[in-house]
Amino acid sequence: MSRVCFEGVTKRFGDVVAVDDLRLEVADREFLVLVGPSGCGKTTVLRLVAGLDEPDAGLIHIGDRLVNGVEPKDRDVAMVFQSYALYPHMTVRRNMEFPLRTRRVPKEERARLVGEAAETLGLVDLLGRRPSQLSGGQRQRVALGRAIVRRPAVFLMDEPLSNLDAKLRAQTRAELIELHRRLQTTVLYVTHDQVEAMTMGSRIAVMDRGALQQVGRPQEVYERPANVFVAQFIGSPPTNLVRGSVEREGETLVVRVPGGVVPLTPDRAAVVSERSLAEVLVGVRPEHLAVDAGPVAATVRVVVSLGHERQGVFALDDGQLVVARMATDGPGLREGARVQLMARPEHVHLFDPATGTRLG
Amino acid sequence: MMDATGGTPTAREAAYRRHGLFSRARVREWLYGLALLSPSFALFAVFTFYPLVKGAYLGLYRSDPFGLHRVFIGFDQYLHVLRSGGFQSSLGVTFWFAVYTVPAGLVLGLALALLAHQRLRGMIIYRAVFSSTLASSVAVASVMWLTLLNPSVGILNYGLRESGVGAIQWLNDPRWALLAVSLTTTWLNLSFTFIVLLAGLQTIPEQMYESAKIDGAGAWSRFRNVTLPMLSPTIFFSLVVLTIRAFESFGQIDILTQGGPLKRTNVIVYSIYTEAFKNFNEGVAAAQAIFLFLIILVLTLVQFRFLERRVFYGS
Ligand SMILES: Nc1ncnc2c1ncn2[C@@H]1O[C@H](COP(=O)(O)OP(=O)(O)OP(=O)(O)O)[C@@H](O)[C@H]1O
Ligand SMILES: [Mg+2]
Repeated sequence: MSRVCFEGVTKRFGDVVAVDDLRLEVADREFLVLVGPSGCGKTTVLRLVAGLDEPDAGLIHIGDRLVNGVEPKDRDVAMVFQSYALYPHMTVRRNMEFPLRTRRVPKEERARLVGEAAETLGLVDLLGRRPSQLSGGQRQRVALGRAIVRRPAVFLMDEPLSNLDAKLRAQTRAELIELHRRLQTTVLYVTHDQVEAMTMGSRIAVMDRGALQQVGRPQEVYERPANVFVAQFIGSPPTNLVRGSVEREGETLVVRVPGGVVPLTPDRAAVVSERSLAEVLVGVRPEHLAVDAGPVAATVRVVVSLGHERQGVFALDDGQLVVARMATDGPGLREGARVQLMARPEHVHLFDPATGTRLG
Repeated sequence: MMDATGGTPTAREAAYRRHGLFSRARVREWLYGLALLSPSFALFAVFTFYPLVKGAYLGLYRSDPFGLHRVFIGFDQYLHVLRSGGFQSSLGVTFWFAVYTVPAGLVLGLALALLAHQRLRGMIIYRAVFSSTLASSVAVASVMWLTLLNPSVGILNYGLRESGVGAIQWLNDPRWALLAVSLTTTWLNLSFTFIVLLAGLQTIPEQMYESAKIDGAGAWSRFRNVTLPMLSPTIFFSLVVLTIRAFESFGQIDILTQGGPLKRTNVIVYSIYTEAFKNFNEGVAAAQAIFLFLIILVLTLVQFRFLERRVFYGS
């Protein structure tokens, strides 16, 4: 059992609350990705698990053991740093052996374990080299190798791919997933890249300014963002948000936005009327906004082609801009033309304008 | 990283290729470069090259004490100096002086630097204190130590008397004089080693230590596996500088012992000084100075050679 459990964990640096009352459980053998913008406290969370920092409040469990106050070396975790933190004066073999040497693993056993890890990561031919003689991707694998040699209970990875170029990053992403499948170890993986989070995590945890915003499977988080922050952070380009006023139209409720009205499904309408909100934020992802015979009028501003798709920018009647992703083979759109926008009801998200939280 | 000249041939390089080495543009650039170099070249010429050549030249002559008769005796002078008991004993004294001051200076400097590298409140005050001897001149420091080492009123002997060991004639006892001078010198050098090593410590990435901690390394293992290897270029640099300083020391010896007692502190530079300005043996002094120059040259080369392989120079 090697779950990691945070119970009300808070960490401050002076006036900055780096981690704010974190409650989260990383399940045994799970690959959980912690994602959020720069400075939101991701690294701090990892450091708290590793024991490099101690929380100001709250409890951290690894497995069934409370680790508050336990030395880093006794926590049975391995960490891959963003900078890799390889020892430049040691060969790849010595680097990978290091955690074994400090634990006085006998020589033959060390050679076997390093050999296995090197085999797994394709480092066998590089064991005699120094880090300065390796490419970025190879260094990254050595750092991984140093982490996996001693089979820790939990892997902590702090943006391990951020120093790689785009192509290598995509490839290594796949390799990491494969590695996790083979090793079956709990991984807490930090990134600020939402694509990385979506593709790698069995679950993702979204953080902002020290506070956990939402935890769930990637699809779940994408389909039902818990608040405005998550809606805009996950997905690219970000979710369109338009403020509208709630109006009664016959039996049901609609939201009036500049240029038209957005009808609400009965259960959404129920939530809105229950809270007796006069205004809501309407969120629609660019990929769900169709330029079709919809209820909201807008003007074409600009359409660009990305090869595999087109992105159109439209102005609502009050000048607000919204973005839509469209197929390349659709009708041509002239700049300045009037169009009608629409989105399927299940793709319309509503948020409380005061708190930003999801409605329904 | 691209080097400063860039990877692709510039228009200027192409022009060189067309017009050859002595094109007008090339010559003009050369002249410009020489003009820029000339001020520092002039300084070197006046204060380094000329004295060096003049010294070697003087070493070929023997002069009478009044500097009137100069007789050419050529390389015999150098052989004579090399064989003389005085020079050999000076060499021995200087060797032991280096043995006493260099390792102690390194170890103490490293210890202080490690202490001051801790992240504790008020550390900046300690750093300032440890660095402060850099601001005191050799003369001031020597006079201060003259007081500390004074057999009757000095604090060292006070301590020794109180603890029942009895007073030591630090500067007059042939057994202790070199050690006393070495003590002063080590103290004088300390701020230099401290500052250089502290700066070296500060360039070691914190994450390397943190990674080692997670991987199970204790304080000693982190010191051996991270600090020492990462610091080795800096330690090596300090080693060279301290050794050279030991071979060049003069001021503290002039003030504390004047080379005595029984020439036990007569290091090479002091011997050169005595020969030149007390005995007026200009030629002998010059020959000794040339040997000193060669020793320092060889020392530096040997140290570079030997330590190069065991030193890690960044990635
Ligand atoms: N040692 C420290 N002293 C003071 N403030 C700190 C310290 N470490 C982190 N912080 C602050 O805590 C907050 C969270 O930092 P953290 O490094 O965890 O962010 P992050 O999410 O990892 O960001 P990034 O994506 O840029 O790495 C930031 O505001 C940062 O300035
Ligand atoms: Mg970080």
